[in-house]
Amino acid sequence: MATATAEPRSVPATGDGHKHKKNALSDGQGRLAWILLAPTLIIIAVVAGIPVIMSIRESLFQTNTGVDPNTGLVAGGEAFVGLQNFTSIFAGENPVQGNFGTMDRFWNAFLNTTFITIVCVILETILGVAMALIMAKAFRGRGIVRAGILVPWAIPTIVSALMWKLIFDSSGVANRILGREILWLADTGASFWAIVIADTWKTAAFIGLLTLAGLQTIPAEVYEAAKVDGATTWQQFVRITLPMVKPTLVVAVLFRTLDTLRMFDLPYGMIGAGKYRVETLSVFVYQETTQSRYGPAAAYAIILFLYVLLVAFVFVRVLGADVIGDSGVPKKKKKKKGDEGSAGPPATALEMAGGAH
Amino acid sequence: MSTSTAEVREVHTSQEELEKLAHPKRPAKQRIGVVLSYVGMAAIVLYCIIPFYWMIVSSLRQPSEGRSTEFIPSPMSIENYQAVFSPLNNFGRSLINSLIVAGTTTILTLLFGIIGAYALARLRFRGKGLVLWLIMACSMFPLVVLLPPLLKMFSSTEPFTWFPYWINTYQSVIIPGLSFGLPLAVWNLTAFFKQLPVELEQAAMVDGCTPGVAFRRVILPLAAPGIFTTAIIVFIMAWNEFLLALTFLQDASRQTATVAISKFTGTSGFDTPYGTIMAAGVLVTVPLLLAVLIFQRRIVAGLTAGGVK
Repeated sequence: MATATAEPRSVPATGDGHKHKKNALSDGQGRLAWILLAPTLIIIAVVAGIPVIMSIRESLFQTNTGVDPNTGLVAGGEAFVGLQNFTSIFAGENPVQGNFGTMDRFWNAFLNTTFITIVCVILETILGVAMALIMAKAFRGRGIVRAGILVPWAIPTIVSALMWKLIFDSSGVANRILGREILWLADTGASFWAIVIADTWKTAAFIGLLTLAGLQTIPAEVYEAAKVDGATTWQQFVRITLPMVKPTLVVAVLFRTLDTLRMFDLPYGMIGAGKYRVETLSVFVYQETTQSRYGPAAAYAIILFLYVLLVAFVFVRVLGADVIGDSGVPKKKKKKKGDEGSAGPPATALEMAGGAH
Repeated sequence: MSTSTAEVREVHTSQEELEKLAHPKRPAKQRIGVVLSYVGMAAIVLYCIIPFYWMIVSSLRQPSEGRSTEFIPSPMSIENYQAVFSPLNNFGRSLINSLIVAGTTTILTLLFGIIGAYALARLRFRGKGLVLWLIMACSMFPLVVLLPPLLKMFSSTEPFTWFPYWINTYQSVIIPGLSFGLPLAVWNLTAFFKQLPVELEQAAMVDGCTPGVAFRRVILPLAAPGIFTTAIIVFIMAWNEFLLALTFLQDASRQTATVAISKFTGTSGFDTPYGTIMAAGVLVTVPLLLAVLIFQRRIVAGLTAGGVK
């Protein structure tokens, strides 16, 4: 598209737009756009915005200890406690024995979440990139592989959790193949690895699929040129493949990270709730909620939310994850808009779909 | 793309081939490369399929042999599949519930997502970046944040006594479910709309269409594959949703399939009825797998289209 026409259009069309009307498409677009976006924005506000604000309010209260044992519903009212729900995580009132020694249950869940995420994402990225490289080299049968890769993705996470539960049963097939008697499901250190294996299985191939899409955008000429210059395969990989696939990969890794940070189905379905070796923050919040400890649950959920935001921020700022794509850049770069440069959004869309909660 | 160049390299002139024969290192290396790539491909497929194979195999055993580790069930049996539908499990009902929940979520998501995405893809307005960030942030945030206030609200406890009792209703899962369905749909569809040349609508408008008509008559039909893909993906995500359904649908008659499976007790009672659970898992997964396999080209190619071009 001609950049010349795009330039004047970047002037706000609603206000003083009269002088700059060059294109019928621009007239009154602001209003129309907001009308069209209204349902989406209202829904997001209602289903996400308001509950988040309610959660913040909730986190400042505690329900009075009057729980009806029959229904599990709260009998008494609630009391304002200020930041007590937040500060109590430092008080160590609820020490549990986990993978990282004895510590407050919140910090135990926090460390579990963090380490499961780090280990899973690293494994998934390495495996995924390896798979993408193999698929890119393949001459035939890419369709079959792609179909195979979609199998773990399509299986509901809770079903895959139960499937791995059977595989990791103390007398199950995993132990039979290993010839050992590991208690994978009994809230041991091995449970941690059982979760990691199950999660990696479900999502590594998906990262591979995404990376493959990134790989295919690299022109073959670049490799030809490198070969002429005498680059080794390893040099080609490090100097060409990785830098050129980085934008896709960083977004993929970002979304996997955020998704793993909120993991719930897998530990809940495979090991169960209240198992401290694998208790993630999501499982902890769920348990607190269902036990009507709404205040602490909301506080922990908000901390998790802030944690996720922080990680996302670091990814976007430090690693330059282009989650929004060109369209998100408001004014100055608007001339790019006409260009195709939309590698960001579709990849992101695919990753958003890769969720394994 | 890269395959064609690789093949060309193989079919070189015969003289060069002779030269290569003189130096047996390279062709051998290449052949090893080809073999390795096939081995690698096979490894990927096996990696993805084998655990699922175990699920199928385990579902085909006799119910009493739930934990057997035989690689092929010796007396094959479909008893587990019959057990799935025993009235105790309420599984048929839960499939219908899942259909209602996932179907409604998909339809609502598409309805609102299409028009919102169109605005984001085509119209120029202030604050677009902000909207995009908002939608992105919405897809990032942990679902559990919703749980404490919503459970309190839906069960109409203390400060929310004015709110109708929504536990065990479909809307208690559908409406919060939009918080992850809608961002996905908007994002996806924006990418699709952007791929369609804007000249199409311009031409239609030159011919006298209003923007609305141009959208309905020109863009919508062309974006149908994208909309369809989005529908499949949103449906799968909604079908697989577990946390909301587990929290808000406590009554057995309202549970979705994912929750029902996680609560299977089987007839024997004491032992986990693995065979039945696996059979139910297969039943829940196979329709999705069929859809994904039939439309895999569309799902993968469609979604990555912007990246690959």
